[in-house]
Amino acid sequence: MQEHDLSFVRAEMVANQAPPVSDHGPVSWLRKNLFANVTDTIFTILGIALIVMIVPPVIQWAFIDAQWTGADRSVCATVVQGGTQPEGWSGACWAFVDAKFQQFMFGRYPVDERWRVYLTGFLFVALLTPLLIPGVPRKGLNAILLFVVFPIVGFVLLSGGVFGLRPVPTPLWGGLLVTLVLAYVGIAVSFPLGILLALGRRSQMPVVKLVCVVFIETIRGVPLITILFMASVMLPLFLPPGTSFDKLLRALVGVALFASAYMAEVIRGGLQAIPKGQYEGADALGLSFWKKMNLVVLPQAIKLVIPGIVNTFIGLFKDTSLVYIIGMFDLLGAVRQNFADANWASPQTPITGLVFAGFVFWLFCFGMSRYSIFMERRLDTGHKR
Amino acid sequence: MATPQSTVEGAAPRVPLFYDPRVRGIAYQVLVFAGLIALIYWIIGNTTANLQRANIASGFDFLQGRAGFDIGDSLVEFSSDSTYGRALFVGFLNTLRVAIVGIITATIIGFIIGIGRLSKNWLINRICLVYVEVFRNIPPLLVIFFWYFGVLSVLPLPRESIDLPFGSYLNSRGLYFPRFLWGEGAWLVLVGLVLGIVFTFFVRRWAHRRQMATGEQFPVFWTSVALIGGLPLLAFVVTGLPLSFEFPELSTFNLRGGIQVRPEFLALYLALSFYTAAFIAEIVRAGVLGVSHGQSEAAQALGLRSSQSMRLVIIPQALRIIIPPLTSQYLNLTKNSSLAVAIGYPDLVATGGTTLNQTGQAIEVVAIWLVVYLGLSLGTAGLMNWYNARMALVER
Repeated sequence: MQEHDLSFVRAEMVANQAPPVSDHGPVSWLRKNLFANVTDTIFTILGIALIVMIVPPVIQWAFIDAQWTGADRSVCATVVQGGTQPEGWSGACWAFVDAKFQQFMFGRYPVDERWRVYLTGFLFVALLTPLLIPGVPRKGLNAILLFVVFPIVGFVLLSGGVFGLRPVPTPLWGGLLVTLVLAYVGIAVSFPLGILLALGRRSQMPVVKLVCVVFIETIRGVPLITILFMASVMLPLFLPPGTSFDKLLRALVGVALFASAYMAEVIRGGLQAIPKGQYEGADALGLSFWKKMNLVVLPQAIKLVIPGIVNTFIGLFKDTSLVYIIGMFDLLGAVRQNFADANWASPQTPITGLVFAGFVFWLFCFGMSRYSIFMERRLDTGHKR
Repeated sequence: MATPQSTVEGAAPRVPLFYDPRVRGIAYQVLVFAGLIALIYWIIGNTTANLQRANIASGFDFLQGRAGFDIGDSLVEFSSDSTYGRALFVGFLNTLRVAIVGIITATIIGFIIGIGRLSKNWLINRICLVYVEVFRNIPPLLVIFFWYFGVLSVLPLPRESIDLPFGSYLNSRGLYFPRFLWGEGAWLVLVGLVLGIVFTFFVRRWAHRRQMATGEQFPVFWTSVALIGGLPLLAFVVTGLPLSFEFPELSTFNLRGGIQVRPEFLALYLALSFYTAAFIAEIVRAGVLGVSHGQSEAAQALGLRSSQSMRLVIIPQALRIIIPPLTSQYLNLTKNSSLAVAIGYPDLVATGGTTLNQTGQAIEVVAIWLVVYLGLSLGTAGLMNWYNARMALVER
């Protein structure tokens, strides 16, 4: 036994102490992030001033003073303008969006036949959702269903004319329906076409390379509107006399060609980033050109450029709104067309309609960009150092 | 495709002709070429047949014809008696005008927002993030409509114009500025400006050389400001303030005098600037983040102040990353200016479209569009590539 046991061993732990207030809690957060120094404080105050200037009036306009229901323009116009609102009133005219909602979604698609649009939309969502969720099996079959079977079914359903379905000609289509049809076809066509063009541009065959370079650079050098004008004015000239060509189809051709040129450049970037050893390795294994591309190069290249691809998709989705200029009524076109409705014309109508259309476009594009970020993280197999 | 030379002596394995990559390559190319020729031949045949049926003579003679339509917003003299060629030229000038001012404004807003996105201040950071996420995800055409139909067309009538500082007015017909009327001897001011720029150039060269030789610094920036601002001001005072203003004045229904900026131009200009600025902001942010952290630490270690390290170390390196994508944004803005046609701003596509409808010369008009836009693209790209080459990393 020890006699002089002077050492001290703490037998029980001291309870954790809260971190000092200076680097924990809301006050310290404010100090670090908003009031770190004089300049920061000035900027914070300016920022708050900006928010106070913008946000309350917007809320006032969009919610508090807004008119949610009503039969015609009188609810959205002041007395001087021929309505019922007091002088100086300014608020969103959601009643307009409410009254025209069906038009914004379907255009002039016959009311009795709209179940077909719903059914197509349902099929699309039902096929797209499992494709987007990484864990769901049978991606190959799913992709075939979505990109091969669905277009045929969807076309038959929407345009009708067979199986006793009433034919609905495309000039009656409109609104979000046209936007989504254009975007879907644009994406479904531009992706494979873009891959082909990118491979063609990197080909060692001079003729193929030249054709692809000229095509890509010409299309990328001009605005989409000129391509659409070209598709709507020149395509009929190029075809044998007497061939009539659906207007929607012309726009589809224009949009798809335009997007594929951009897609080709994005994918070329990915192809260039793949080290030469991968190509040579595939060659050494005796793979044919297409097998080499399909099994070795493209899976790596496309993974690298997913952000670029999705950006192209988003651009394409936004660009579909330009078909309004060649006389088609997509979502934005339908909204724009309805400003002129004498029943609803008021100073508040255009801005309300545009805010609504903007919100719908924003939802789709923002969704796509978030999904791309998610996919990028998931597929990141650790090439980063 | 190049075939590897067989190095084995003697009997190289006989490969069927069909499997020889070189033969295959040639065969593919011949096929593509033949297909292309056949397609072009077919298209030309159809087109001539169609044009004959529609009684349209091809060729660019129509450019000499009387246009018969008016253009509201024109930088050069234009009336309905002018030719189609002149109408297209007016459109081209209008495209250039909106593209140039749009690019300048978008760059300024974009850099401010982009730097704001990097701010450590949480609030500023979030405000800029919201800006970027809103504008990147809506179509440019919608932004144009928003400005045109939502904001500018609901402004008050000319009689109730909104007064702005410096005798300017804003109403539903546009923005009115006072016009500068230069008097006698005003050209001296211009001479002063040119001299100021030339002197600045020499002072910079001299200061750079002196710093290289002796390490002494010279306040180049303030000297430049003094020269470029001071010399014209001096000339202005010496010649006896040769400047008067023509202020816009209210007449019965409209404002008279001054310079009118039409709402179509304003809407397009604002929309393109705000829309493109969101993309430029992301490019700027990526560029600054792309400069490795070691660089700013090294700058700190050298004792540079934060503004100095930004100006001398970070920004020059970030510009290398920023410039190539910035070029493509400038091109996008130029191309997006063609959306003008939707609100009736007479740019190249709008005047071309009217010409096309009146004359039916679709191929010629589209060809002019292609040539002009490709030319603009190549021009901008060339300019930015030159700048990029100047900024590029010079490696030993």
